[in-house]
Amino acid sequence: MEQEKNQVHAIPADPAKIRKIWKVAGILAAITAVEFVIAFTVPSSGARNFVFIALTLWKAFYIVSEFMHLGHEKKSLIMSIMLPLLFVIFFIFIMMYQGARIFEALY
Amino acid sequence: MANTAIVADESTNQLWDGGVTPMKVSYGKLMMWFFLLSDAFTFSALLITYGMIRYSHPAYEGAIQDFAFSQEYWPIPEMVFEAVPFLHGIHAPLVFVGIMTFILILSSVTMVLAVEAGHRMDRKGVEKWMLWTLVGGALFLGCQAWEWSHFIDGSDIANNVGSNTFMGANLSFNQYGPPNFAALFFFITGFHGFHVFSGVMLNFIIFYQTVTGKLERVGHYEMVEKVGLYWHFVDLVWVFVFTFFYLV
Repeated sequence: MEQEKNQVHAIPADPAKIRKIWKVAGILAAITAVEFVIAFTVPSSGARNFVFIALTLWKAFYIVSEFMHLGHEKKSLIMSIMLPLLFVIFFIFIMMYQGARIFEALY
Repeated sequence: MANTAIVADESTNQLWDGGVTPMKVSYGKLMMWFFLLSDAFTFSALLITYGMIRYSHPAYEGAIQDFAFSQEYWPIPEMVFEAVPFLHGIHAPLVFVGIMTFILILSSVTMVLAVEAGHRMDRKGVEKWMLWTLVGGALFLGCQAWEWSHFIDGSDIANNVGSNTFMGANLSFNQYGPPNFAALFFFITGFHGFHVFSGVMLNFIIFYQTVTGKLERVGHYEMVEKVGLYWHFVDLVWVFVFTFFYLV
């Protein structure tokens, strides 16, 4: 048992890899900071919401691609995960339309 | 016979675009990905429902300085979520949620570092980074508990709901806006919070198995990767909840 433990040797860390991880973390933190600045300085509008959504998708890309490593997987896996999400876009348009019609009916 | 087997193997190689395992990921990781895809649909449905219900209510029109809570229109999130613990009565819109967001992103980073240490069979490294991830998760849950209790108890200004004065929120009434506002707050942040809770539990199991040396005896730290996928997903969902519930 004791011998078995001694046999496992940790491979030393690759500084370039670690630096890459912290770089992505820095990008995520910076985008969040930018979102805050916009939230406090720019009055609410459709354009502001568009910027928020774009920044959110940008963050999502870094999390999924780098942290979850999907960007470095086989293309078939990337497609199996990403393509079904097209339904979500479809769903957004249907429900926004529905919401607007309910509003019309009520007010 | 052996030769034909190898030839057949090569053709499947082309078909699956991978090696021995489909798409070159292990069974466990592949199934975790598909589970996360289904979970992504659930969260999308919840957030889209929020959008739809918000769209079907009148929006507040007027200067943000004159904003007051009313049943007549949907509240502006930054006027609702503006409290910070120990700073009672100070108007600090979104500051607390911002802190929560940073906590969750940081715990995601420590999780990546734990996975990286696992690749190198570095038990001490996995222990250290898993512990930081656990701390981050627990901190986030604590923040959310405070956020919920503040939301339920209400701010200092009671509001007229129908013919009664009402303070705070429950599933039927709330001082901030239409009943659906609080219902969606509880449902969406609650569902996400429960995911964080299960993530912390899973992280703890993996941390325990690392500390006792079980994963080292197994010979690889793939469990850290699988649980890591789930943990990053929880962070990913929060990024969207943050935007659609608090910013927009």
